[in-house]
Amino acid sequence: MDVIQPFLDNAFLRNALGAGMLAAWACAVVGTYMVLRGLSFIGDALSHGVLPGVAGALLLGLPAMGGAAVGSAVMIGGISLIQRRTRLSGDTAIGLLFVGMLALGVVLVSRSNSFSGDLIKILFGEILASTPGDMALQAVALGVTGFLAWLLRRPFLLLCFSPEHAQVSGYSPRLLHMVMLAMIAATVIVSFQTVGTMLVFGLLVAPAATAALFARRMGVLMAGAGVLGSLSVFIGLNLSYQFNFAAGASITVSAVALFFLALPLKHWLDTRANRG
Amino acid sequence: MGDTPGKTIVLEAVGLSIGHEKKTVVEGLDFRLEAGATLALVGGNGSGKTTLLRTVAGLLPPLAGTVRVLGTTPSAATRRLAWLGQFQNTNPLLPLRARDVVRMAFYPDRGLWHRLKAEDEQVIDDALQYFEAVAFAKKPISELSGGQRQRVYLAYVLARRADLILMDEPLSNLDNGGMELYGRALERLQREGTTVVVATHNLEDAAACNKALVLGPDGWQFGEGHEVLRNLPHHH
Repeated sequence: MDVIQPFLDNAFLRNALGAGMLAAWACAVVGTYMVLRGLSFIGDALSHGVLPGVAGALLLGLPAMGGAAVGSAVMIGGISLIQRRTRLSGDTAIGLLFVGMLALGVVLVSRSNSFSGDLIKILFGEILASTPGDMALQAVALGVTGFLAWLLRRPFLLLCFSPEHAQVSGYSPRLLHMVMLAMIAATVIVSFQTVGTMLVFGLLVAPAATAALFARRMGVLMAGAGVLGSLSVFIGLNLSYQFNFAAGASITVSAVALFFLALPLKHWLDTRANRG
Repeated sequence: MGDTPGKTIVLEAVGLSIGHEKKTVVEGLDFRLEAGATLALVGGNGSGKTTLLRTVAGLLPPLAGTVRVLGTTPSAATRRLAWLGQFQNTNPLLPLRARDVVRMAFYPDRGLWHRLKAEDEQVIDDALQYFEAVAFAKKPISELSGGQRQRVYLAYVLARRADLILMDEPLSNLDNGGMELYGRALERLQREGTTVVVATHNLEDAAACNKALVLGPDGWQFGEGHEVLRNLPHHH
């Protein structure tokens, strides 16, 4: 079975590969910080919190991306409101908003005539229908988040090390945290249309988690996550083309499968290092 | 020694009450430290040692009164301050080598993008050498033992070249060799005119400081180290 030929033969597959890889690299940048700071749950909540926004926009005939932006703003605002006004933990605040927004999204989508079709489109995207326009927007978002990650690499590293340390070094941990959340939100917003909210989350967390098993430098971790994410996109699209699987879900499965394949490798390397 | 005129006041608390949110831990603290002084914060668990360090570092706002650090507010003084908290919960995933942690000492001075200078790298190497941490300088911080990690954090503090150093239980996890190196570093900092504040359970460590602030359930007492510590009930 030829794994390259399908991409040479089909323009739609090439577009899907391009859009998927742009999403993979954007997710690698912000996913690295998400995994290091234990923000996976908030990332998950953000990627699903856009659902009611998107559904509302669909019903009103407005651009889906605008709806997604409103959805994630409500999500972040709601979480920080609960955390400031109550003694509930961050987890509880995120969980409340997460399940509420997801349910609200389903309620809104259920008004549409093609209920399950629309829902699946939002959750898993339409990567095979990616256009050069989608890709241009993704490239801009990747450029902006990549630049911010480079510019703020020192304060971000301090924040990952210890928020108190970041503060004593003269940075505001709260401001840095908000910038980080905004970067995650921006990545979700521009990526979900092509790859879907579920897949965005998969690409945010799985490649970075796999790379974190091995990396000893920040840059290596991020680049490793990008390569692993791109590899997942490539494998997933191939599986989808050869076996007629759903494309977005195949990519997500590939990304998670790579993590579980990497685990025994990590174990083997550790035992070898301990013996040597 | 009293307040000799001309010596800079590095740390000054006036009617300072400290605590978390609305719960006061210590009330009405009054003390001042001159450049080059070393102060031991002594007291049991929950007596407010860490709270006081965090207030001086600008991590907690004072509940009442004022605290002046290097002639200004704590948050405005961060660039001339070094802080060593209790780092037990260092993220094991963080891809950092021991030397990378010490390099962070220069982040406040070099800002967002200025490269570290060759002399900065030299200071970092010297600090690692001082705490005999060169052998594991290139190892991931997550693979070090607690004692090795503490040496790396102490090297960070030394490399920071701050005017005021705040340390919370700096002896934790250190073996005898590490404690000896720490003691030498403290003497050196004192000679160089650096002001040091240490929260400690260890009375021997406290005795190495020339000033002491004892925090207890019945109030606080500040003064010359040997005098204040002599009056201390032997609760250890």
